[in-house]
Amino acid sequence: MFKKFSPSTDVSGQTSVKTSVQRSIRSNILSQWKIDQDTLEQFWPKKESLILVKCRDHISIYALHGEPLFFQHFDGPFYPTLRLVHKYPFILPMVRIDRGAIRFLLAGAHMMCPGLTSIGGYLPPPENEIKSGTPVAIFAEGKEHAVGLGITKMDTEEMRRVNRNIGIETVTYLGDDLWAVRSL
Amino acid sequence: MASTTEQPTSQAIPPIKVRYCEVCTFPLEYCEFGSSFTKCKESLLEEDQDLYDKFYSEEALAKKIGTLSVEDQTKLEKDTAAKEVKAEKKADAALKKKLASQVTIKRIERNKRKFVTSVHGLEAFDVDLKKAAKQFAQKFATGASVTKNPQGQDEIVIQGDVSADVVEMIEDGVGVLKNVPKDNIVEVEEKKKKGGD
Repeated sequence: MFKKFSPSTDVSGQTSVKTSVQRSIRSNILSQWKIDQDTLEQFWPKKESLILVKCRDHISIYALHGEPLFFQHFDGPFYPTLRLVHKYPFILPMVRIDRGAIRFLLAGAHMMCPGLTSIGGYLPPPENEIKSGTPVAIFAEGKEHAVGLGITKMDTEEMRRVNRNIGIETVTYLGDDLWAVRSL
Repeated sequence: MASTTEQPTSQAIPPIKVRYCEVCTFPLEYCEFGSSFTKCKESLLEEDQDLYDKFYSEEALAKKIGTLSVEDQTKLEKDTAAKEVKAEKKADAALKKKLASQVTIKRIERNKRKFVTSVHGLEAFDVDLKKAAKQFAQKFATGASVTKNPQGQDEIVIQGDVSADVVEMIEDGVGVLKNVPKDNIVEVEEKKKKGGD
């Protein structure tokens, strides 16, 4: 999504968000992410108002003091930025890819099932299966921090069974153009 | 970060501090996948010996390979090296281009004795065009704006014939113009073409 993104040409406008809208965003985030109110308030205090940065292709980035915090495509789920995931790695369900897949992910490729089901990879056990269409944080074998964010294209059990094709569609990854944007 | 007024029972989970590489901006452990691995390594060695050992000592390297087969690992290393060379070449080319790029100051005749001055090529020297336009406008007390020229590139158009003053300003490096080398300035004059000619 952010493989090619430059703030000068792709941003169409910045507006501050209405308080009522902010309230609904806040409650949405609390229900979508594994995060409690206190933690959320650490990086997004109640009194601070968000800036909505509208970008091409219906991407909206929400920023606080110019620093992007999370973004959304159409009115889909909210994704935190990768820097936020580094700070609070528990907010999204986690999957892990093996070492061989890292360089492809860093080139912006979608994640194929074998990279997730192999020995180096990790998918949650059957009882906490991740449904398709869920934002996930992608970690890497032998690494401590997340390397990208994606959205599952099939249930994790299905990934195990089918074990081919795209399992997770990459949304943002380390070193893409959103990563390069420090402030908007 | 916990203030004294906060209840100790607060559920807030403190953020994890991640150290990012100064060279490639990745978290330190991902430097090896970046395009400037050797530079990253050097800078880390200078700054923090312990951390360097954690990532790049012999046993750490051996452990890192994990489930990857040896051929894959060598392939990856080769890839990284190639990428590095490529990135370096690219940076070199960009620098050369920057040094060779010119700032064109054009005096355009608008209507017999009226002129506008257009300044083109400042963006190659990391000048924020909007800020520069504002600065020109303030200095000359005229209108100055960032517009797209027919080629689709951004340029600053200043009302009035101020070409000499603009050159002077760039030479002195006033305000946002301080990084612009004065050898690269070209002054051009453009007369309005007559329709019947």
